[in-house]
Amino acid sequence: MTSVMLLIGTKKGAFVLQSDSARDKWDISPPLCEHWPVNHANYDPATKSIVAAAGSPWFGHAIWRSSDMGATWTHSSAGLEYPEGEAPVTAAWNVTPANGALYAGVDPAGLFKSTDGGETWSELRGLRDAPGREFWNPGGAGLILHTIVPNPTDPAKMLIAISSAGVYATEDAGETWEPRNSGIRMSFMPEELQKTAIAGNCCHRLVMSPDDPDVLFQQNHEGQYRSSDAGRTWTEVSAGLPSDFGFATAAHPHVAGTYYVAPLTGADVGRYMPGGEAAIWRTRDFGDTWERKTQGLPSKNAYMSVLRGAMDVDTLDQAGVYFGAANGTVYGSTDDGESWREIVTGLPGISSVEAVVLA
Amino acid sequence: MAVVLLRSSLTNLFPGLERRIEVSAATVLAAINEIESQRPGFRARVCDSTPAIRTHIRIFVDAELAALGTELGENSQVEIIPAISGG
Repeated sequence: MTSVMLLIGTKKGAFVLQSDSARDKWDISPPLCEHWPVNHANYDPATKSIVAAAGSPWFGHAIWRSSDMGATWTHSSAGLEYPEGEAPVTAAWNVTPANGALYAGVDPAGLFKSTDGGETWSELRGLRDAPGREFWNPGGAGLILHTIVPNPTDPAKMLIAISSAGVYATEDAGETWEPRNSGIRMSFMPEELQKTAIAGNCCHRLVMSPDDPDVLFQQNHEGQYRSSDAGRTWTEVSAGLPSDFGFATAAHPHVAGTYYVAPLTGADVGRYMPGGEAAIWRTRDFGDTWERKTQGLPSKNAYMSVLRGAMDVDTLDQAGVYFGAANGTVYGSTDDGESWREIVTGLPGISSVEAVVLA
Repeated sequence: MAVVLLRSSLTNLFPGLERRIEVSAATVLAAINEIESQRPGFRARVCDSTPAIRTHIRIFVDAELAALGTELGENSQVEIIPAISGG
């Protein structure tokens, strides 16, 4: 029987939410991963395991794994390290399956690969030589590699996003990387560098169109942008939104040009939903126009933030759209974002939401 | 034999790991490595790759704050204690 699983990463562990395809009622797990801060929880279809990228203030970073849907867990950081003497890895921020392997992004920014289901890892060192590294600077959460976007048709291609660094692409399976940030604003840089720097902007989330891997959308620290050339050039589409700032975004899994964002008051003025009125904004034309969607969301005193990994979609024919607020509430929609309902509240602060359909 | 005492928040990460472990090690680092040989991954929970003791971990030898190179006596008691930081 088809079921839907929401994997929630929070400041105090991961949670697994499960429902049937109706998505009316959800079973909610207790906190998992020994209460470690989980920046991203995901599902690895190759090993049928839940995997979680985490970083504990006490015990360091690890990728957690469960092959029994969260009942028991192991953890490993074997090889998920920089060489002795270098600034050490502080946390794992993303774990993404692709091409039968797992990829992990960490802070300080680096990309690692595992071919044994997350037991051992090795660094894709080509990123160390990527052009524009001189413009990378740690942001508020660190110099975090938080987004990994595999190419569904070409295993040699992959996009990544790093806060305060930008979008990078490889077309040779990670041997070499190039920055893809042309057209992105970065007013926090010195004026001259705003014109010349090839990296250093702050991509918060990057998503791919369902029908064309060259068509991209990103929520940036400064603006919402689309690209039709695999990120080589970007066009800002912030007009019509209440703020150019936000963290999360998601692409509709079946309908090209439909994206969801959660605009927040600006970077320097609170970073919460404007006016305390919760709203998700939807475009159906690649960002040319935007619709404000509020039905079912709190209309007052909702000073919520939605962080960079905390919005996702499932892939059922009538797709579900989900987001988790940093106040610990998960909302879902099964009508393309027209209306929303609370799935669970009272969780620890939510860092990530990943939706998985299980046959 | 020196004795290493572990807190439950650390042993919980390694099911079956005892909270009291005897080691035949000359230094704190050697003691950690001895436990690592029994339970792979243990060292990474206590030390980073620098290598250094993690920021929110304290190690005491006979009730005195220690470093990785601190020498152990025949009857030393090593305590690995996670900080009470957090929120």
